[in-house]
This record gives sequence, structure tokens and C-alpha cells, in this order.
Amino acid sequence: MTEQLDAGLIGERIAESDQLNPPSAAHEVGKARRRKEDARLVTGRTTWTDNIQLPGMMYVAFLRSPMAHARITRVDTSAASGRPGVVAVYSGRDFVDEQGSLPCAWPVSEDVVIPDHPPMAVDEVRYVGEAVACVVATDRYRAADALEAIEIDYEPLDAVLDMTEALAEGSPKVHEAGNQAFTWKFAGGDIEEAFRDAPVVIERTYVQQRLIPSAMEPRAVVATTDGDAFTLYSATQIPHVLRVMLALTTGIPEHKLRVVAPDVGGGFGSKLQVTAEEVLALLLTRRLGRPVKWTESRSEGNLTVHHGRDQLQRISVAADRDGRVRGVKVDLLADMGAYLMLVTPGVPLLGAFMYNGIYKMDAYHFNCTGVFTTKMPTDAYRGAGRPEATFAIERAMDELAHELGMDPIELRRRNWITHEEFPYTTICGLTYDSGNYEAATERALALLGYDKLRAEQADRRDRRDPVQLGIGVSTFTEMCGLAPSRVLGSLSYGAGGWEHASVRMLPTGKVEVVTGSSPHGQGHETAWSQIVADALGVPFEDVSVLHGDTSVSHKGMDTYGSRSLVVGGVAVLAACEKVKDRAKELAAHLLEASADDIEFADGTFKVRGTEAGRTIQELALATFAAHDLPDGFEPALDADATFDPDNFSFPHGTHLCAIEVDTETGASKIRTYVAVDDVGSVVNPLIVEGQVHGGIAQGIAQALFEEAVYDTEGNLLTTTMADYLIPSAADLPDFVTDRTETPATTNPLGVKGVGEAGTIASTPAVVNAIVDALRPYGVNDVRMPCTPERIWRAVTEGGDR
Amino acid sequence: MPRITVNVDGIAYEEEVEPRLLLVHLLRDRLGRTGTPIGCDTGNCGACTVMLDGRSAKSCSVLAVQADGSDVVTIEGLAQGGEWHPMQRAFHEEHALQCGYCTPGMIMAAIDLLRDDPDPSEEAVREGLEGNLCRCTGYCNIVRAVRRGAAEMSRRSASESSAREVPAP
Repeated sequence: MTEQLDAGLIGERIAESDQLNPPSAAHEVGKARRRKEDARLVTGRTTWTDNIQLPGMMYVAFLRSPMAHARITRVDTSAASGRPGVVAVYSGRDFVDEQGSLPCAWPVSEDVVIPDHPPMAVDEVRYVGEAVACVVATDRYRAADALEAIEIDYEPLDAVLDMTEALAEGSPKVHEAGNQAFTWKFAGGDIEEAFRDAPVVIERTYVQQRLIPSAMEPRAVVATTDGDAFTLYSATQIPHVLRVMLALTTGIPEHKLRVVAPDVGGGFGSKLQVTAEEVLALLLTRRLGRPVKWTESRSEGNLTVHHGRDQLQRISVAADRDGRVRGVKVDLLADMGAYLMLVTPGVPLLGAFMYNGIYKMDAYHFNCTGVFTTKMPTDAYRGAGRPEATFAIERAMDELAHELGMDPIELRRRNWITHEEFPYTTICGLTYDSGNYEAATERALALLGYDKLRAEQADRRDRRDPVQLGIGVSTFTEMCGLAPSRVLGSLSYGAGGWEHASVRMLPTGKVEVVTGSSPHGQGHETAWSQIVADALGVPFEDVSVLHGDTSVSHKGMDTYGSRSLVVGGVAVLAACEKVKDRAKELAAHLLEASADDIEFADGTFKVRGTEAGRTIQELALATFAAHDLPDGFEPALDADATFDPDNFSFPHGTHLCAIEVDTETGASKIRTYVAVDDVGSVVNPLIVEGQVHGGIAQGIAQALFEEAVYDTEGNLLTTTMADYLIPSAADLPDFVTDRTETPATTNPLGVKGVGEAGTIASTPAVVNAIVDALRPYGVNDVRMPCTPERIWRAVTEGGDR
Repeated sequence: MPRITVNVDGIAYEEEVEPRLLLVHLLRDRLGRTGTPIGCDTGNCGACTVMLDGRSAKSCSVLAVQADGSDVVTIEGLAQGGEWHPMQRAFHEEHALQCGYCTPGMIMAAIDLLRDDPDPSEEAVREGLEGNLCRCTGYCNIVRAVRRGAAEMSRRSASESSAREVPAP
């Protein structure tokens, strides 16, 4: 990870081939194309998993644990089995020999404890909502009815809810091995030296509350078998990873299992999972020989879709009096919940390399402990580790600025990597390839009218206006485009980070692109079409993008970690280059010229200096006919490519939030939100802006509205959308967005990824703004979500509330 | 079981339904009108919004028997003569959807909002759509789309009414 970058084999090949159409306004890449996906979505012709009806299909409903921690002492399903319409009733014990254990693909350390995780509990339950039994019935109402007739006796065990208490001597145990899931450390530079005699040391503790990802489409699964092979439809982000993991978990051979992600209604990490319900749907269809469907209710989903965040961060920053940061120390507790799911323990590691943010420093030390509790497991949620890290460093920088009496922007200027210093290897050993923090910040300050708002703030403070104004700063970067496979390997991740693409030239000159990335709202069909249109010189409309079905797209690593364009989009481009290489050879043959004399532009291969040429469509037809091909030329132009990046990508930006806080009621209102993001080169500015908007909304939601709350017995209190407050249009302002464009140097598209940036940047911007508004009241923190009550208490009582 | 008649997107259905059957399940599971999705079970998200006798209704909060004798328009019945409704087009043009799961309900609620306020301000759109949740877009482009759709609908109804005023030759 610490070596200098090079452009990568594929990038070099593309550069040498001199056939890459550079993005330009005259071409498709860079155009605000309206999305191809929209036609089915605005007319209701979408294929959500729950829309799928198969002949003879049965409906599954799950009975879930009402206890946070208990031993199962008796199960009686006989009464339920006799209910009308009921086909079968099973408990965990009925599948004990075949259900296996839900997988964790990221054993982060030598000391990691990966407990057995049966899809349906057999002897013990460890969180409220854990599946204990299921009913299969002729319709969803009858399945739900029969759940009431299942009798289960529990012997209560102690709930384990607080991470610090869980690690204390004598705490009740979630698992026999204890409550520590793992420890993980990173050290760069001499941290003792950095903190020794440091003139200023800031020490803070921040709570990353537990969040519920809340994709609008609830999870759903349909499974079917013809007696030999199996098909699983699932609302998943990861059809390819899921297929591999389900084969390993259920013993169904991989080549007898097809996984389909049809239209998927959002994910945000929550559908990056191998779930109990997916495993059980396969086992049920295998046992019953009929198709089965399970669709969760929202209340069921709030309980059992993996949660996000839930970390306790202790951060210390040592600095000189002039503001220069000497070192950062982080001590982190991360709540795993009751089990380690697909990447549960890896989430804090994705943040471990980001606590230095965009700043230069002499030393950095990170220490993390994963903790088991009797709650729903946590796992990836938009940003996964990086929002937490960015929050801590950006909050701490504002605290340091306050301590030094310095403008928070000025403090950042004194510490950030300047644009002349790229590529820059950070204290964490990551090489940031490119960026321009100065440019993004200047633009953001201008858009906000920073100086004018500071003057208004001073005036309100002087007047003791009950409505105070706060300005929050967040200058962030993130590592995304997951990821170089060898880096993932060095972090003990179970898979690689490459992506696959195929390009098929059809006889009529139309193009099918198969991508291993798996969209669920991002707009891949549109963006990939733009890339292919430029690369092959074909019309945008002539390109179809296929995805999400392992029988069509046989190979992929799917969509998460802002990786689709940066890895999958580059794979598409690389496949196009291979198609062009073959087409060029054929064109040379047909034009009776040397391949060296063939030029390609706008879809036509021409003999240099002449008008003689063949379009790529003509060449596609020529391979279909195959009457006149070079000797030994395989009759196809189609090509596959698999791209493995050499480095992560590092989008960055400056987000500024101006917020009005009513000190008498605690109410806060965002007045202006400015985001200037640098995501490198842009394929479709409309899609980029949309991703930034949505990301900001989710980050603001963490700052102001959302929290998964458990009571003292381990019951989730926020099971509905009435209790877990996803912001509505009325709760959010319009966002002012702009971009600077510093291309990535590590891929031929120059792209950096945009899926998570807004969420990573916005949470600290909002909380910094609230704290900034309340500084005159002696407030130095407000715990998230910053509800009116918490703000009011902070004003009334001072300090950190 | 009660027998109901209900007109959905121009087709008259006669169905025997359990009294507890929700309208949204009638539409999706019995009539195959799967364009209307379900996003929650408490009436908060609005994804299942349809037009029930001309006004928006969350079809998860209506029993099928309550819709007896009613006229239901879903997202699938909105386009006329192969042409999208101006609000569908506006959502597309303004990139007001990403995953699209909330979109059918959002479009239905937006059309209903305009019945009371044909030219809503940004704030009025935000307040008016409070009962419809979107997790992808941050709402900025939805607000723009609703106002664009409103302008187009006003323009059309103005040209239709002026066309009506032209005396027949």
C-alpha cells in the first residue's frame, strides 16, 4: 500500500494503444444524459423481487425472538401446522444439520472470535428479532396467522448492551468465548514523541450512534428449484458474492445455483449481506420442492436488517501553538452486535486509515476493539468506517481551532496536503494520488459567503440573539473504489477487489455490455452506455447494459464502497479496448492495409490518409457472416476484461453548513448547505449531483434525526418509520453543490467514485455548525442525533451533552 | 367473503376478498398491479400511494372492501395513449429518482398536491410531500421535478381550456 503508484497494466496498455477517446463535452462522457433506467421506474414496470410470482409459490413468515438473550427450552409447532393454508412449520432444530453458519468474510485479526451463527436459532437467541421458527403457507396472511400458534419457551439470560460494561470483568457473556470479538492496531511514526511536551492536546470522546440503513425497498427473497438446480432472486447488492457464499453455506454446488438481483430499491450497504432469510429460502425450496417467497415488513426490517455505525471514539490530537498537528491517537470500541456477519469486523478497519483526514502529521496510532452485545449485528452502512473517522478528525480540528482561537479554515490550511505535494503518502501509508483542497475550499467559501456569515454570527453573539448562527466546516477525503486485491489480502479480507466486464458486438451493430457491478439505483445502465458509446464510437442508444443475474453476468464483485465506476467502469472501458484491437485487425484485413496504418475515430476504422474505412457495425456484421476473415481469426469481436486497481481512489471536498439554533427551544434549522466535491473526472454530472444530494441527506440525518434505540432489556424501540426518523422533504433544505475536477491518476477514466462522499462529509459539517453556534454557552459537543432536547440541555447545562 | 367491484386503471374487476385484505395487496397479489410498491407497515413512507376516486391515498392503509365501487388509478394507469404524464416526464428530466422505489407514490402524491396548489413554492412542495419518504435523492431534484411538472400541467390545461373556447366551425 505504501509503494508509489503506477497507472496499472490496463491503463498503460490503453495509453500505449493511443485509442482512448478522452472525455470531452463533444462526446458522451461528461454529458448530463437522462437515465435509461427511468422508463420502467416512472411507469411502474419495475421488477422488484416481491413482484415475482411463480406457479405454486408458497409464502414464508418468520417467528422472531422477543428476548435479547435467552435459552430456547421448548418448541412446539404442532398447533401451527394444523392451521388453514399451512404447508410446513419448522424451527432451527429442524435445519440443524443443513443450515450451516452465516458467513463472515473478514477475519480481521489473529485473535478474532467468529461465533457460530445459525440462520435460525437452535439453542440460544442473542438479539431481539433473531429468527427462531418459520411458517410456509399458501398466502402471506395465513403464514402470519400461523406464527401466533407456535409455542416457544425461553429461559432468560442477561442482556449485554453497553460496550464498556461488556468488556468489564464479570460481565455476562454474549458468547462462551467472551465479549471481545477482536483487537486491531495500527501505528505510524513515533506517537510518544508527537505527544511528549506537545503545547496543545485535545482529547474528546464521540459517540457514533447506531443507525438503521432503511433502503426504501424492504428485503425480499424468492427461491425455486427444478429438482436439480436452484434459482434465488433477492433484493441484494451482491448477487455474485452471494452465490459463492450460499454455495459454501448450503452445500448446493455453485454451478447449480443461479442468483438474480432484479430491480433493487436501494441498499446503502444494508443489502451487502448474506442473510438468514436467503439461506433458509433455499433450504425450504429444497425441502418442499416448491417455490417460496419471503418479504419483510418494515418493522421486521428495522429489527433484522444489519445496523450501521455504533462506535465509541476516543480521539487525541497533539499540536503546536501555531496549529500544526503533531500526532493523532484513536482508541475505538466498535459494537459488533451479537454475531459477525459478512464484513462486520472490517468496518472499523475501513476507517482506520482515514483518521488523519487530509492532514500531514508526524505520528498516528489507532487501536480498536470489537465488542459483542445482544443487539442486531452491525455491518456496512454508506461510508462504512470512513464517516466515523471523518467525523472524529473534523470535529477534533474544530475543537483545536477553538482552543487556539484560530479560524477553523485557517487551521486546516496550515495542516492540509497542498496541491503541489501530490502524490502524497500519508502517515497511514496510503498514497493519495491527486487532489486540490485549496481550490475546493475557496469555491465553497465563496458559495457560502463565509466572511459575511461570520460577521452576522459576531453580531448575533454581541446582541445575545436567542437564535444563534453556527458555521460548520468539513474538509474531507475518503478511500474508495474498493479495492486493490492485494491490499484487501493484507487486511485479511476473504476476497479480491477486481471487477469484470464483457462487451458483445451483436450482428446488427448493437452492443451488449455485461457488468459484474450490481446497481440498485445508481444509474450504471446510463453511465456504462456513455463510456461504451465513446470508446466504440457507437450511439448511446445502441448500448444495453446487463447485470445482476449470475447466469448472464457470470463473474463480478458487485456494488459497494463507491467502487462501481472506479473499478467496474474501468473494466468496461478495458473490454472495449480489446474489442477495438480485434476490430482493427479485421479492418486491416478487409481494407487490405497493415494494422499499423489503421486509425480509429468516431466508430470508424480508416486507412491513415484515405477515406477508405469500415465502421465498427460493419465489422460486427462481417464477423457474424464470417465469410472473409483473416486466417486464424476467431469469428467474434467480443471481449472480456477484469480490472484490479493498483490503489484506492480518494475523492475529496469541502462542505460548509450554516445553521440557525434557537437557544430557547433547542430547534435547529439549516440555513445554507454548500458542498464542493472533487470526484475526479465525471461521466454523468446529473448522476454525480444526485449521489451527492442523497449522500448529504443521509449524513445530515445522522447528525440531526436518526438513532436506533434499545431499551435496558435489549428491545429495539425504533421499529417503525414513525419512531426511526428518516428525514422527509420538509426536514431538509436545498443543497448548493459544485465541483472541482482533479482527475484520478490511477485509472484511465480519471474517476474517483461518488457514492459515499456526501454522507462522509456532511455529518461533521452539521455538528460542527451546531457546536459553533453554541460556543458562547460553553458548549463543546452535542451528542448525535442533535435533537432539540439535546441542544436545549447543552445550552442550559453547558459542556458536552 | 365480501364481493367487491373496483375499477383499476380503467379495468373493472369483480373480486371476492377477505375483509382484512389491504387494497395494496389486492392490487399487487391479486390483480398483478405490481407497479405500486410497499415500503413500510405504518403508513409513514407513502410508497404505495394511489389515486382513490381522484384523491391520493396510501393503499396500505385502505382495506380492499373500502374501495368497493371506487375508481383506482395507479402509476401504471397514468400514461395516456402511450404518452407519459407530465409529472412522470418531469421526474425523468430532473433526475428526481435513483432506485425508484418511492417514485410511484411520490408522483401520485405530487399530482394530488397540485390539485390544491397548481403553482406551489419550494416550501409548499416540501411540506406537501412530507408523507412520502425517499432515501436516495435528498429531495432536491424531487422538488424541482414537482415544480416543473406543475408548470407543464398548467401550460397544458391553459391550452386545453383555450382550445375549448374556440367555437366549432
